[in-house]
Formats: sequence, C-alpha cells, structure tokens
Amino acid sequence: MSQAVLDRLSTQFGERVLETSDAFGDHEARVAVEDWVEVARFIKDAAELQMDHFIDLTAIDYPERKSARFDLTLTMRSSVNGGRIRLRTYVKDGEEPGTLSGLWAGANWAEREVWDMFGIRFKDHPDMRRILLYEEFVGHPLRKDYPIDKAQPLVPYREVSEIEKLAPFGIEEGQPFARIDWESRLAGRDQQVSPAIGVQQGQRRALSDSEAAEQIQARIEARMAAEAEAEKAPDAASEEDSEA
Amino acid sequence: MEPADELLNEQAALELSEDPMRLNMGPSHPAMHGTIRMVMDLDGETLVNLDVQPGYLHRGFEKSCERGTWAQVFPYADRLNYVSPMLNNVGWALAVEKLLEIEVPERCQYYRVILGELSRIADHFTCNGASAMELGAFTPFLWLLKVRDWVWDILERETGARMTHSFGRIGGMAEPPTATFKDDVLRLIPELHKVVKETEIMLLRNRIFLDRMQGVGILSKEQALSYGVTGPVARSTGIPYDVRKDHPYLVYDRFDFDVPVGEDGDNWDRFMVRLEEIRQSVRIIEQAIEQMPDDGPINVDDPRIVYPEKNAVYTTIEATIAHFKLVMEGLQTPKGEVYSFTEGGNGELGFHIVSDGSGTPYRVRVRPPCWYNLAASREMLLGGMIADIIPTFGSVNMIGGECDR
Repeated sequence: MSQAVLDRLSTQFGERVLETSDAFGDHEARVAVEDWVEVARFIKDAAELQMDHFIDLTAIDYPERKSARFDLTLTMRSSVNGGRIRLRTYVKDGEEPGTLSGLWAGANWAEREVWDMFGIRFKDHPDMRRILLYEEFVGHPLRKDYPIDKAQPLVPYREVSEIEKLAPFGIEEGQPFARIDWESRLAGRDQQVSPAIGVQQGQRRALSDSEAAEQIQARIEARMAAEAEAEKAPDAASEEDSEA
Repeated sequence: MEPADELLNEQAALELSEDPMRLNMGPSHPAMHGTIRMVMDLDGETLVNLDVQPGYLHRGFEKSCERGTWAQVFPYADRLNYVSPMLNNVGWALAVEKLLEIEVPERCQYYRVILGELSRIADHFTCNGASAMELGAFTPFLWLLKVRDWVWDILERETGARMTHSFGRIGGMAEPPTATFKDDVLRLIPELHKVVKETEIMLLRNRIFLDRMQGVGILSKEQALSYGVTGPVARSTGIPYDVRKDHPYLVYDRFDFDVPVGEDGDNWDRFMVRLEEIRQSVRIIEQAIEQMPDDGPINVDDPRIVYPEKNAVYTTIEATIAHFKLVMEGLQTPKGEVYSFTEGGNGELGFHIVSDGSGTPYRVRVRPPCWYNLAASREMLLGGMIADIIPTFGSVNMIGGECDR
C-alpha cells in the first residue's frame, strides 16, 4: 500500500476525500458514494497512479450504524509501480452506487456477489443476477440480520414417520452454535451470547430456535421470575430458591 | 457428386437451424471439476456465447466465520483450497497476526515457508497432472500423483492429517517440527526433480499435447489485469506479479528464487509456468532448510494468544483457566480492519477481516484467487472450440471450495 497515492488523491479531490487512514499499514481513502466511480476512474487512469490491477470489491454490514448501513470497499493494485490502495464508501440500504464493471472487468462478478450477499444493487451493471445463490433465494445472507441457521430448501425435507432420522435431516440438526444473537442485539437486548456461557450464567439467552434452547430459555425465565418475586417478597425467598 | 449425397444435403438444409445451439455443461460433469455450470451457445463446435455459473459448492464460509472464534476459522480455511490447505492456514494465521501486530518466531516462519511450498508443489502437481490426464496422457498424472502423495506423507507426519491439516495457529503452529523433518524433506527433493523431468520428457514433445495446449485459451495481459487475475494464470500472460516477491511476507525476502512468466497466456504457458514454479519452490525449500534454526520457540510467547501446552492444561489450574478462556471467549483482537494477502496455490489469497474488538470476527472476506481467474476464463474460452474447454478450464485450476466458498 502506499501513502503517495493518498496524497495524490487529496490534492486532486481535496475535500471530497472524506477520510484517509493507514491503520495496520493498509492505506485507504473514503469518498462519498456519488464520487465512487469518478474517484475509482481517476485512480485507475491517472498517469502516476495507474491502478490497473483489480484486486477485490466487497461490502461490510453495519446494521447499527445510523448514517449508512454498508461499507463498500475496493482494493486495487498497480502493475506499473506496485502501489496499492483501498477505496471505501458508505452505502445506505437501498442506495445504488455506480458500477465499476466498465473500469475493471473483474468488478462484474464482484458486484454480482455483493448484490447476492448484501443486497446492494449497482447502477448500470450489465448483468445484475445472483451469482453464488439461486434466483429463488429470499434475502441476502451476509446481512447481519439474516439468521445463520435459517434454511431455505428448494426441495422439502423428507418426512418418514417410522424412522426417526433419515437424511437429509431437518434444520434442527446439530448443536446450536453462534456467539452473537443479532436478532436480539438489533432489538437492543443481549449482545454476547454463547450457549455454554448462557446456560452457566443463567441470564443470557442462547441463540437458537431449537426446542432445547427454548426449554433452557423457559427455565431461565422461570428462575428470573422467581428471583424477582423473591425480591418483592423476602419471606418466600427460601422456598423459591430451592425450587429453582 | 453422388445423387444420395445431394439428397442428404437438401434434407440437411431443410432441417438444420442456423441459430446457435444452446448447450448446458455441468454442474455435474467430469471436466467441470464437479461444481461449475457452463451454458453456451454453439455455432457448430465454436463457442459464440458463454455463461459461467459458479456457486454449486457455496456453503457460507464467510457467514460461518462470523459465528465462532478467530481460531475456529482454521478448519474452514483448510477447505478453501483443499489441494494446498497449508497455504490457506498460514494465510489466515498471518491475517489475524497482522491485526494483532505480532510476528511469529523465526523458526516458525521457516517452518511455515517449507510446509507452504510443499503444499504449493502438491497443488501444481495436481493441476498439471490433471491437465495431462484430461488430454489422454494418464501416465504423467499417475507419476505426479504418486510423488504428490510422498509430499503429503511428509505433511501427514508433521501435522497428523493428509489433506485438511488445521495445523496453523494464531501466533505459531500446532506442533514444532518433528525430529526427522529436515531429513524427510531433503530425501524427497531428488524425487521431485526426477518426476518433473520425467513429466517433461513425456509431454513436452508430444504432438497431441502440444496441439491442444499451444495457442489455445489465450488471455491477454490487459484482460488479466482487468479481471483481477493473479497467480500462475496472470504470470502466464507476462505479468511478473508474485506476492512472495512483490510484497514479501514471512521470510521470503531471504530466498533467491525466480518468478517464471509466460508470453502468450495460453494453456501451454500456464502449464509451463506451473512446472517451473515447482522447481522454484524446491529452490526455496532447499534454502529454507539450510537457514532454518534447529531449535527455538515455535509459538509467540503470549498466553493471551497461544494455547497452553496440553500437559499443563491437564495438570495445572492456571493452564486450564487460560485454555478455557481462549476456547470459550476466544482470543481478543483489537478493533480494526486489515487486508492481508499471501501467494496461494492459484494466486493472491487475501483475507479482509474486520474486528469489533471481541473474540469473534465481525466480517471475514476471502479474496479467492480462483474466483477472478474463473471470471476471466470466459475470455479464454469464447471463440474457441467446445473441446478446448477441457484443457483450458483445467489449466485455470478452478478449485470449487475456494471459488464458491
């Protein structure tokens, strides 16, 4: 990565380069989404930059950020001088940044993947289809509010009454496992959730829609209700505790 | 002309449509390496339009990474490019270490280099062997795979697993090198040279092989840059880009090795670049074996990052607590965002990771080299014959696990 590129960008665009950073040695500039294509074109074509080697384009979802939900990052490299730079912009949900597929052919697939995974559409993209998933898929899985254990089988799971288990199994297979419950986090409830810790401490909800987790949750709630009652009525405390 | 022929021609003119024929190849097709679908429009046997459709091996790698600890990504990373899992392992470890701003001890760096180069050799053996096999030359394939298994024997002795090692650790490796590691590798090196030589004798003057490889599946330098092509495919077009040379990581700046480049960007160049890279990898291994210290620590000395020794975990309470905290809470990374990239088997393998300061990755983006190489394969295939898909697609070396993630 190189600082010279950032300096050149700042002299060219001045105020329109909103932010620059060299954290961890990765040089990066942030621009407004309206300037996205223009700055990218400049970085690619300017004689002293010549970032002609497309490296990567991807997005990051920040559902809790009020101003704009997504980060869109573009990494480029120059085959002439070996410089590297990362360009970033903030994209609101539903906003359509311009496509870079006219500048680098590789952006075509990268943008299709971002559409597929995050639901960011690109203006004037020649071929805005899903790429990794199928067209019937509902939602965009790399958004934080898409539950990790959600399943959308195109072919329904088999139901055979006499046999308990028969592959392919249902969605309720296996141990519930995820450390952050985004559903409750976005609703302003618990943040860090680990099933094992949750059960041990008895105050954090384990993330799963499985029966087991619901039972644990019911137990936890019952105990917390009992404790709350015990606080209200200190006389009955000893009885409630022994039950829990 | 015979009357019967005239009759046939008349009928043919009536029945055959002038429109291109639409043909579907894959996703389950022996030449599609299992998981790619190609929808093509054919004019006779010539491809006039092509839609490459990946995704049949998509299993949510990036989403899965967001639900565990940093260390729990290693087994997933193994399964990206499952032909050279050690390179992915080390790539992931380096990414997290960049975020933690730590550097592993020198002995570990050499160890990672040697294991990684062995993996690269295995990767190129597989690709080149398969390329030959798909054109009917079964013998070089078997020879190369025989020696590849000897490479994997060494990796198995070191890691305990033949393919998906899960051997990398943040801040080091799971185990130090075994006592016979250097001898094993040194004993293997003559065999590597021998099998490369044998492959060359078998193939490089073979008429069928030459005709199918030379001048077929051409990718220009500009196209390669524009598509984001890296690795052997990019080098075959004449771009001398190798992460090991351009942005040295580990101890690659201490070795004397060349970056082979091609000229035409056809199948032949891709094949030859890989063959030469095997030799260069052997050169690196030879130098690394010589320079690698025989003793010294393999992991960084930081109990917040590295797991305590198993013996201690079972016998002392301090180590048990440390182990418990590292496993249950995960190691804590600073808040930030890094892009770390290494030279994988197929090109620049990048990990773009975002940390929110907790023990769980906030976002993990893999920049899979295969993804962009595959996107560029459309340019190589368009205008060519349908039969050329097989050698061209083979020489792109699409690995489903990495491409579709």
